[in-house]
Amino acid sequence: MTTRFFGAPVKRNEDRKLLTGQALFVDDVELPDMLHVAFLRSHAAHARIKRIDVSRALQRPGVVAIYTADDYGAYWQPGPLLVPPPPIPGSVFNQRTQVPLAKDKVRHVGEPLAVVVAESRYIAEDALDDIEVDLEPLPAVIDLETALRPGSVLVHDDLGSNVSAHVHQSKGDYRAAAAKAHLVIKRRLAYEHGIASTIETRGVVAHWEARSQHMTIWDTTQAPVFVRNGLAAVLGLGERQVRVIAPFVGGGFGPKIMMFYPEEVALPWISMRLNRPVKWIEDRLEHFFATTHERGQIHDAEIAVTRDGRILGVKDVFLHDGGAYDPYGLTVPINSQCTLLGPYVVPSYDSTFTAVFTNLPIVTPYRGAGRQHGVFVMERLLDLAAHELNIDPAEIRRRNLIPADAFPYKNGIIYQDFSQLEYDSGNYEPVLDQALQVIGYAEFKQEQEKLRAQGRHVGIGIACYVEGTGIGPYEGARVQVQANGKVSVATGIGTQGQGHFTSFAQIVADQLGVDVTDVDIVTGDTDQFYWGAGTFASRGAVVAGNAVNEASRAVRQKALKLASDAFECAEEDLVLADGKISIVGIPEKFLSLGELARRANPMRGAVKPGTEPGLESTQYFGPPSGATANGVHAMIVEVDPDTFDLKILKYVVVHDCGTVINPLILEGQIHGGVAQGIGNAFYEKLVFDDQGQLLNASLADYLLPTALDVPRMELGHTVTPSPLNPMGIKGAGEAGAIPVGPLFAQAIEDALQLKEKSVELLEIPLSPSWIFDLIKASEP
Amino acid sequence: MQPDRHEISVSVNGTAYRRSVESRMLLSDFLRHDLLLAGTHVGCEHGVCGACTILLDGAPIRSCLMLAVQANGHELSTIEGLASDSGELRPVQKAMHEHHGLQCGYCTPGILMTMTAFLKQNPSPSEEQVREALSGNLCRCTGYQHIVDAMMAAAQAMRAAAP
Repeated sequence: MTTRFFGAPVKRNEDRKLLTGQALFVDDVELPDMLHVAFLRSHAAHARIKRIDVSRALQRPGVVAIYTADDYGAYWQPGPLLVPPPPIPGSVFNQRTQVPLAKDKVRHVGEPLAVVVAESRYIAEDALDDIEVDLEPLPAVIDLETALRPGSVLVHDDLGSNVSAHVHQSKGDYRAAAAKAHLVIKRRLAYEHGIASTIETRGVVAHWEARSQHMTIWDTTQAPVFVRNGLAAVLGLGERQVRVIAPFVGGGFGPKIMMFYPEEVALPWISMRLNRPVKWIEDRLEHFFATTHERGQIHDAEIAVTRDGRILGVKDVFLHDGGAYDPYGLTVPINSQCTLLGPYVVPSYDSTFTAVFTNLPIVTPYRGAGRQHGVFVMERLLDLAAHELNIDPAEIRRRNLIPADAFPYKNGIIYQDFSQLEYDSGNYEPVLDQALQVIGYAEFKQEQEKLRAQGRHVGIGIACYVEGTGIGPYEGARVQVQANGKVSVATGIGTQGQGHFTSFAQIVADQLGVDVTDVDIVTGDTDQFYWGAGTFASRGAVVAGNAVNEASRAVRQKALKLASDAFECAEEDLVLADGKISIVGIPEKFLSLGELARRANPMRGAVKPGTEPGLESTQYFGPPSGATANGVHAMIVEVDPDTFDLKILKYVVVHDCGTVINPLILEGQIHGGVAQGIGNAFYEKLVFDDQGQLLNASLADYLLPTALDVPRMELGHTVTPSPLNPMGIKGAGEAGAIPVGPLFAQAIEDALQLKEKSVELLEIPLSPSWIFDLIKASEP
Repeated sequence: MQPDRHEISVSVNGTAYRRSVESRMLLSDFLRHDLLLAGTHVGCEHGVCGACTILLDGAPIRSCLMLAVQANGHELSTIEGLASDSGELRPVQKAMHEHHGLQCGYCTPGILMTMTAFLKQNPSPSEEQVREALSGNLCRCTGYQHIVDAMMAAAQAMRAAAP
């Protein structure tokens, strides 16, 4: 195969539709006789349901039906456990998954109590106000430590405690390491991740066709195959009777994988019951508490180091806010636990976490998926150690990096994909070197003195991370040459802006000698491709991309075989290029791929036994374990000493995600990740009161970064191909977002010389007012 | 309560429409679900995200913050009318494609409408001015850098093409 497109900054195939307003998103689905749905949601975080009276609401003209949990009958059942707990000895996991409509008790603000079906969304929302609800308020479980005290109010009464999970993992002997350490630093650190807040909210359209006994569901999901399988099972239908389509989806970032959201369960059931299509589109207020969050952890962590700053061990005990239900198992806190180790040699590690049920919205992975929390703890501990030991922050990191000859590197603990946490490949020091060089680390340190003398508060930060990507189980792809010579490709993953229509087309185009624009990719339609897991954990390009490559290669072989039979020559004497196969040196003697596709599906004549018709192949790819990417971010900031507002003067990302399919798309992934990281570090905070009410549930109050807040970034890449897949790819989706919190803390501390004031920034998100408060509190 | 209805006449992308609408119908809903011009997207319905931005008599407005009846007698432009009749993309659209200025593409129509109006008034903007103009449109995917690059390039292309 000659590479023409792989690795090139190819412009995206999908852009035209999106740029002209012709792309289909879920809310664009319009069907005859469609009804509209609105959900009555709890205003209380924790309450007993005494009575729900819908009789007055049913009288409103245009209201067709209203359902509560009782109406669901046997259909009412808690959702599935998406990810069972990994096999870690001694682990506790108490499964309490979300319910389709609250029954007996509500456990977080926004939990749905009833569902109204009406001729328009306007009427459905009017009718919500007509429903009479009697809730007996209960004290809300909000604070993680209070939740674990004996006698605490319980989120799930039958459980006897608020423990969702308890996991201990260790390697080496931390106690012995601490005993011989030159320095042990202990701190309490708190890291809170916010909400993904996709610009498109969630939505579902369900269309039951009684005559054909077939259900079509348009869903803003990242995992259409799992939604199809799960819904078919609960609806009592065969999987072939249910088609789930995730069309263009306006951003995912994790929360759109969750299933089943109560709305996903409700809409198909209603459509079957009323035999009409139904639509529900989440509004922004609902999105703030009906879509899953990622939130806080509190870490009591310590690091033991030698006099020259080498890590001897880390101990960490942390609490994880899981919200009211735990359908996603341990994924988020396990990611925190594992990713804390970072790119460093950590000879001993002792980590324990307790995931806690609270009366807050459900926590599931959001871009980074707990990795941020762990990286923050490790990076801050290293900063504190560097300060105590009078070692430069970049230097202490360098001294602890895993050396290039140590890969594959076993970490000795179990990761979220159930396998041993092993870094497949990497070369970390050149990444750090390049970041320091591009940010101008040494030059800045000299310049800083001058700028400080001028009264300017400038600081620099540097943070390292690894990212476990591209985990299994598998994905598949079907590649098919059509009679018109164009190539059709289908895969089971969903797509939410990652550029799959282009990056996968690049892979196909190289294998089959066609143009990228001649390859049409379908993602997220279960009738086009039956099998798959979904788009999560930075795995689309790695896992589905390799399946596309395998299938393309098989089709290429088929085409060459057919042509060699036709020309009665050896396959080695053939050239596949420009959509046709010709004999070497005789370009005028050729067969187009379209013609070969026609010949592969003949009307008459005998096809040899064992031959599959068509220029088509379906292949699957499953990596043995995840591929580990790594990177370094560096930033120079200037802080206003009066307002504590900050300006990012320079931002650098150097990153190694193995072989790159499309550098343009990769840049976009990094830029977007950093922007979300900046939001998390400095702008976005979910503010709950002690009764579990979200006080800033609007985009005017929960601040997403704008074009004025996100700086221009300089990117650098190194390439260490992964040995775990033939293309050497590692995932890149989450890398940009992961190390931004500790980077901000370090750079702001440096800019304001906070160490000299004994002020430490040990919490994320930061904000100008919080830094002001900390500094005021430290003054005598 | 029987909702009151009003006859309205609007022009959208040069086509005249006459419809009867409820007084409370949002302009964004009217465009999307009544006229089936679904290219205008709705992100927040409280005027912050900018996804629903369209042009009203040439000026950018948030169609989620206006009622359909208020558009009576006005000329509206939406994303569907941006490319030429023959399908040729405008410089802002071309530049977004060239510079990978969109990922999921949900915020894109609002950004294109905002920036179309901005570049008409500011043919030679600085990067800072482009960022300021963009700051009323939220994008969660791109980190804005490629959009800014696209808009600087579009401005240049439009200047070069101007007579």
